[in-house]
Amino acid sequence: MPKPGSRDGQAFRMSRRKMMKGVAAVLGALVLPEKDASASVWEAFFQKNFRELSRPELEKVIARLEKEYSGRFGKAVKVRATPPIEGVLYGYGLDLSRCIGCRRCAYGCIQENNQSRDPQIQWIQVLQLNKERGVDLEEAELYYNPAKVPEKGHFYMPVQCQQCERPPCVKVCPVQATWKERDGITVVDYNWCIGCRYCMAACPYGARHFNWKKAGLPAAEMNPETHYLGNRPRPVGVVEKCTFCIQRVRNTPGRYTACVEVCPVGARKFGNLLDPESEIRYVIENKRVFILKEDLNTRPKFYYFYAT
Amino acid sequence: MRKIWEFFKGTLVLVTKGSKAYYAWIVSLLVLMAIGAAAYVYQLQNGLIVTGMRDQASWGFYISNFTFLVGVAAAAVLLVIPAYVYKWKPIKEIAVLGEMLAVSAMVMCLLFVTVDIGRPDRFWHLIPKIGILNFPQSLLAWDVVVLNTYLVLNLVIAVYICYKNYNREEPNPNFFNPMILFSIPAAVSIHTVTAFLYNGLAARPFWNASILAPRFLASAFCSGPAFMIMLFQVIRKYTRVEIKDEAIFKVAELIAYSMFINLFLLGAEVFKEYYSHTIHLAPMEYLFQGLKGHSDLVPYIWTAMFFNVAAFILFLVPQTRENYVTLNIGCVLIFIGVYIEKGLGLVIPGLVPDVLGEIFEYSPTGTEILVSLGIWATGLFVYTLLLRVAVPILTGEFYVGDDGVKPVIVDTEFIRKADALAAQSYRD
Repeated sequence: MPKPGSRDGQAFRMSRRKMMKGVAAVLGALVLPEKDASASVWEAFFQKNFRELSRPELEKVIARLEKEYSGRFGKAVKVRATPPIEGVLYGYGLDLSRCIGCRRCAYGCIQENNQSRDPQIQWIQVLQLNKERGVDLEEAELYYNPAKVPEKGHFYMPVQCQQCERPPCVKVCPVQATWKERDGITVVDYNWCIGCRYCMAACPYGARHFNWKKAGLPAAEMNPETHYLGNRPRPVGVVEKCTFCIQRVRNTPGRYTACVEVCPVGARKFGNLLDPESEIRYVIENKRVFILKEDLNTRPKFYYFYAT
Repeated sequence: MRKIWEFFKGTLVLVTKGSKAYYAWIVSLLVLMAIGAAAYVYQLQNGLIVTGMRDQASWGFYISNFTFLVGVAAAAVLLVIPAYVYKWKPIKEIAVLGEMLAVSAMVMCLLFVTVDIGRPDRFWHLIPKIGILNFPQSLLAWDVVVLNTYLVLNLVIAVYICYKNYNREEPNPNFFNPMILFSIPAAVSIHTVTAFLYNGLAARPFWNASILAPRFLASAFCSGPAFMIMLFQVIRKYTRVEIKDEAIFKVAELIAYSMFINLFLLGAEVFKEYYSHTIHLAPMEYLFQGLKGHSDLVPYIWTAMFFNVAAFILFLVPQTRENYVTLNIGCVLIFIGVYIEKGLGLVIPGLVPDVLGEIFEYSPTGTEILVSLGIWATGLFVYTLLLRVAVPILTGEFYVGDDGVKPVIVDTEFIRKADALAAQSYRD
């Protein structure tokens, strides 16, 4: 397995890449989205896995992406690749006794993370459950649509990526296009994913979403503050998922994710699991906490709890 | 080298020559392939949104066909074991036809995976060293390895047998026997790995049953050989290849045993799920009974069940097994039965209800069906061309001339009526 930053065999890699060009020229004409095969199309085609990029290579890739996105959306788009902060392991808490099922988190997430509006991709799925049945997913209703929430006799459980310590999605990816970062966030390299959707079959939480179609993202609504592994615009045919707003939480230590900020009832908690003074640690140590599908041993860092 | 080149030129002459029936068949396959290719270009331009798949059911018709065809490729090994391990002559002569079927099935498998992925332009990410193949972590990486190995192995074996026959030589046992022996575990491995690909996902209780891999093997040994039995009859009717009745009946007998194991394992699974009645019963309920008013798969799976049981009885009873009418009915029933059971009947209940309990009814779109038809046509096209070369070699109508270099081609017709065959005199 190639290690990050390892440059072994790079000369050999280059010669193989040349060989690949011949093959690619034939296929490229058929498959590549751009009709005029400009230099950047070839650069994108031959781009290495994020974890194999050297610093100068990464800078080049980011410059290319920023140019592409800025042109497409008609505004200055920033693409960062901020690395994990040392000594941080992110954890999330969700207070089921507070959540009213308003779905503001789901829509706040879409705005922050540049999801496709048409077709709509939601990283947060809010389930309506029956109080008498408890957390019984077979009885869950995703498409509840009353005039007012919460509805009597029901409670609400938002589900998003649980940022597992043992993520089954990472294990199954045939090309290592998805991995868990040191700060515990599982990310996807949208330029390396081949779109086989094996990770979607492996995820027990329905947290992974596929770009079935070219993303419909209006330029006016596009959030220009992006991260390479997070909310930058996604190409068609790749998988995406919640990254705990990696563009926010890594760039400004201590900043909340969009869903935490937007929640009107304060049901969402977020912080550093390694910091004993953090809010999330307080929740885990003092509240009745559970994790979803504990029996699968995926060890989520997403804790549901009842504060009241 | 010149000899191989002349052989190759001879094969080119063969595939471009044939009777009217041959040309009609080839042209109709090419038309279907063109339609499939056009549908695929449409899919490439618009994204996989043109399929019936969505986040809830993220795999569908393509992966179902892929799974079924991995099973068909087993036909080879079922013929190889009696032919080469037990040196049973009636099957040995025709085992090469099974290997060629495996090659064609593998080609279809790889095409089905290709049309299913969102970024086929990034296929090179799967190539070790050039890209990153996540081996041995990902079962899909294992599948890439074993499927390609199996394809190459069968292609080499089939070409080697044909080329040696063409030269009127015996295969070199030091080279040939290890390859034949290796092809047996290789055939088992493609089914096992493909089963494990589903089996290893704890998120999907319908697949996460240890019985899955044995069931895959058992049903694989039904569908592929059923196809072979029908094909053998066509070949011996329209070409000079002689295939003995006893070879056909032996294959049918093996199918009966495999189908028994398949049905037994299914029964074991149904018992466990229904008797324990945990929340993991939901996918099976969806498949066999329908869940909360959603029952798209129910008529299909019961058709499959009926077909499989009926075929099992037909193949089990010697009188119906050795009667060509009932035998062929049995073959058709098994092929369709296993196609449903190991195709959509396996893939969709793994995904429906989804991990959060949503019931999303998947059905393939026209685009998916046209692309799939195109791939089936491609597979049949590959198989036809392989047979076009192999059959004259087996019948001694394509062989190396007395100068040891130039090929002699006697057969310029390929597909002929039986009476036309009888009218022609045999070459000594």
